[in-house]
Amino acid sequence: MSTFVFFVAAIGAITGAIGVIALKNPYYSVLALVGHMISLAALFLLLRAEFLAASQVIIYAGAVIVLYVFVVSYVGDSAPTFGQEPSRLAALGAFACGAALVVELFIAVLGSGLQAISHDGAPYHAGFGTPGAIGTLLLTRFLAPFEIASYLLLVAAIGAVTLARRRRGLDEGIEERTPALEIGDVFLPRPASTGTMAEAGGSRGMSEP
Amino acid sequence: MSIGWYLAVSAIVFAIGAGGVLVRRNPVVILLCLELMLNAANLALIGFSRMWGNGDGQVFALVVIVVAACEVTVGLGLIVAIHRRRLPIDVDELRELQG
Repeated sequence: MSTFVFFVAAIGAITGAIGVIALKNPYYSVLALVGHMISLAALFLLLRAEFLAASQVIIYAGAVIVLYVFVVSYVGDSAPTFGQEPSRLAALGAFACGAALVVELFIAVLGSGLQAISHDGAPYHAGFGTPGAIGTLLLTRFLAPFEIASYLLLVAAIGAVTLARRRRGLDEGIEERTPALEIGDVFLPRPASTGTMAEAGGSRGMSEP
Repeated sequence: MSIGWYLAVSAIVFAIGAGGVLVRRNPVVILLCLELMLNAANLALIGFSRMWGNGDGQVFALVVIVVAACEVTVGLGLIVAIHRRRLPIDVDELRELQG
């Protein structure tokens, strides 16, 4: 049974990974990554890492993917070169590099002579990989990395807000802003066809002065 | 299943991610490929953790997930900032810092 689940999850993970790099539309790439993450969570469960499987699904397939989907739909159709495909030569070169990397990793891992990698692993003892066990480790042996990781999250959140917010001085003149409203605009009689719902709909613009 | 199978899957996924970083030009997809590589490393870490019956590898994988989340946040913030400046969203065009 576990063999069957392993092969289904492994094929799902590899197919999802290929989908991420092969699909033209970045939105579909993100969706392929969701499939990859969920297959990987199944592999984690087979390796008795229950807490990590759950956090993989919640953090990655939930939160991080939502962020990606937001950015892809925000940036979406703006850039003319957004979904441009690579040339055949570049694709071939990348495939060769990837194949060489696979061979090298196989030699490094499977040829390492470690005897345990051909076994099922250490005997399972109750509580391995549960939230309790992970939490105990995090708050005793790995307290310092835990704290540093929380600071890293804080720094990243502040950095992202600083990067992505609108800056008055820097972006001025790059984006078309609506000119500031002045007193005279309000009280002077407006031209016909401006200031109506039709103008907001974009059917009749400010082109006629 | 023996641990070697998991390591093989991990190696294949890592190589796919590395090939994607090389071949794609859209920075969003490059970030996705980085996620693939980090996930492959996570799978290897959890496999080794199972191999030794020791939870340390799982804690390491959890820290990797945190770092990946930070990287995604900053990377997507950069992409949004690039989009705001009306620059092309293409890693081949964004070469001003290349020297």
